Amino acid sequence: MIAIETTDLNVAYGSRVALQDVSIKIKEGEIVTIIGPNGSGKSTLVKAISRCLKFKSGNIEIYNKDIYSIPTKVLARNIAVLPQVKNILADITVENLVSYGRYPHLGLGKRLNKKDKKVINRAMEQTGLFEFRDRYVTTLSGGERQRAWIAMALAQEPKILIMDEPTTYLDISYQLEVLELIKELNESLGLTVIMVLHDLNQAARYSDNIYVLKDGRVCDYGTSEYIMQSKLFKDVFKIYAHIYEDKENNCPYFIPYNIVQRR
Amino acid sequence: MIKALKKSHSKGFILVVFILLFIVSFFYSVGNGAVKINLIDIIKIILKRSDSTDYQIIWNLRLPRTIVAALVGICLSLSGVILQGVMRNPLAGPNIIGVSSGGGFLGLVILILFPRHYYLLPVGAFIGALLAALLVYALAWKDGAFPTRLILAGVAVSSLFSAGSNVIMTFFPARVSGVINFMVGGLSAITWKDVGIILPYAISGVVLTVFLPNKLNILMLGDEIATGLGISVERTRFIFIIIASFLAGAAVSVVGLLSFVGLMVPHISRLFVGSDHRYLFPSTIFLGGTVVMTCDTLARILFIPMEIPVGIIMAALGAPFFLYLLRQKERYQ
Repeated sequence: MIAIETTDLNVAYGSRVALQDVSIKIKEGEIVTIIGPNGSGKSTLVKAISRCLKFKSGNIEIYNKDIYSIPTKVLARNIAVLPQVKNILADITVENLVSYGRYPHLGLGKRLNKKDKKVINRAMEQTGLFEFRDRYVTTLSGGERQRAWIAMALAQEPKILIMDEPTTYLDISYQLEVLELIKELNESLGLTVIMVLHDLNQAARYSDNIYVLKDGRVCDYGTSEYIMQSKLFKDVFKIYAHIYEDKENNCPYFIPYNIVQRR
Repeated sequence: MIKALKKSHSKGFILVVFILLFIVSFFYSVGNGAVKINLIDIIKIILKRSDSTDYQIIWNLRLPRTIVAALVGICLSLSGVILQGVMRNPLAGPNIIGVSSGGGFLGLVILILFPRHYYLLPVGAFIGALLAALLVYALAWKDGAFPTRLILAGVAVSSLFSAGSNVIMTFFPARVSGVINFMVGGLSAITWKDVGIILPYAISGVVLTVFLPNKLNILMLGDEIATGLGISVERTRFIFIIIASFLAGAAVSVVGLLSFVGLMVPHISRLFVGSDHRYLFPSTIFLGGTVVMTCDTLARILFIPMEIPVGIIMAALGAPFFLYLLRQKERYQ
């Protein structure tokens, strides 16, 4: 079953082309990571899929339905989005924030019912934040804060979770903690995950499939083993790298040893 | 202390305090002025018709004036809290989207250029306020109206209208003295007709806020998060701005340029009940009414028999308060 499919997606910011004929397919239950150098269009692609950005031409389908044919509230019951830019006010508690995830399930002016409260509690338990539920989100560590946002997304009870750089600004242990959580949720709930990552080793370790973007186009697609080759590092990321096998996690990893001279 | 009060049961307690303050300041305002009337007499007069002077004072002067003061306070404060929310900017208020300067400009045009048609003032000020708000919105629009652009467009449009007002006043200096009450915001000639003008807006505003706090809460989290949670951000923002413009426009049309209260009251409420609009809306409503009623009472009794426009009292109290806010560094960095 295809969860998300884009066909010949074109996006431009004024006269600057950001995405060109981007076609991707994401199967239900997969973790798919989008990688690429700065300015390659990764964020633009996830913004278009999460309907935060209008595209010039092309098509985006969620479970074979055009996303702009589905009411945004209905869509929000199926897709949760965690963008890079998030505002948090000083006096929002964890439980408060997570409860906003129920918004797409509520009628106009309706209050949370028993089922909503159950879902909220479960989301906080799944992310290990239940004891923190009365804490202000701003008093949490970076990793806990990201988990609080993920808990909010889970409270939406989505089938698909879209995340733009969920590990940015986090210490390495928090980065792994967040990615482990995502993986666990993917396995236990069958959640389809699309994310943008900067760290290629993390992308290789946690993804079922990887899309590589370069200059607004899809330049490659496949499993970690297929993508993590010297060609990728040389042509796309402009580095020379040694590639090894991580036997513990059963995935490839790389160490860069030089920069390809730019002209 | 304020921090400790932010748990939800104490928020409810604060709300009750605000409601009590509202009621107290209502009766205080009705009872005080050039003639003092005590509470029991007020209630008697409200309940039973008579021919006494007190009856005339209460029924024809004080009651409409106090009610309008309360409604104006409610409208402007709600407008302010909505705008601060949608723009995600603590400095937003009814003046930032051009409502005050637009309403003020058209009000001045009527009062100075067409003084014989003074009765058009409420309608004119209202139309001016709405036109200015729409102009700001249109100018800020480019693939969506983003808060920063809205605020910048608002500042620009406001100064344009202010310049227009100043031109009119420069050319007709002799007529300026008659419009001071309108320029600084005053409640001296309020009648039941004014109550009729502003009441529908105040009621609709209050009713709408019952349905919309969650939307505004979520909008505060950022456009992309709000979209992800199923809110049509542009449409919602537009609706909120229209509601805020109507509320502020209605207030401006009745009392003139009193918009400072719309900036001030939401901040005071926020200090007490926090940023959750489920509490912020009701507390702003009651505090807004209380503040304007109290300031208007002070405007009446401070310099008896002289009466000063309520806008001056508001600014005199509001400006120091605002400086105090600026010192609250942890919240306004």
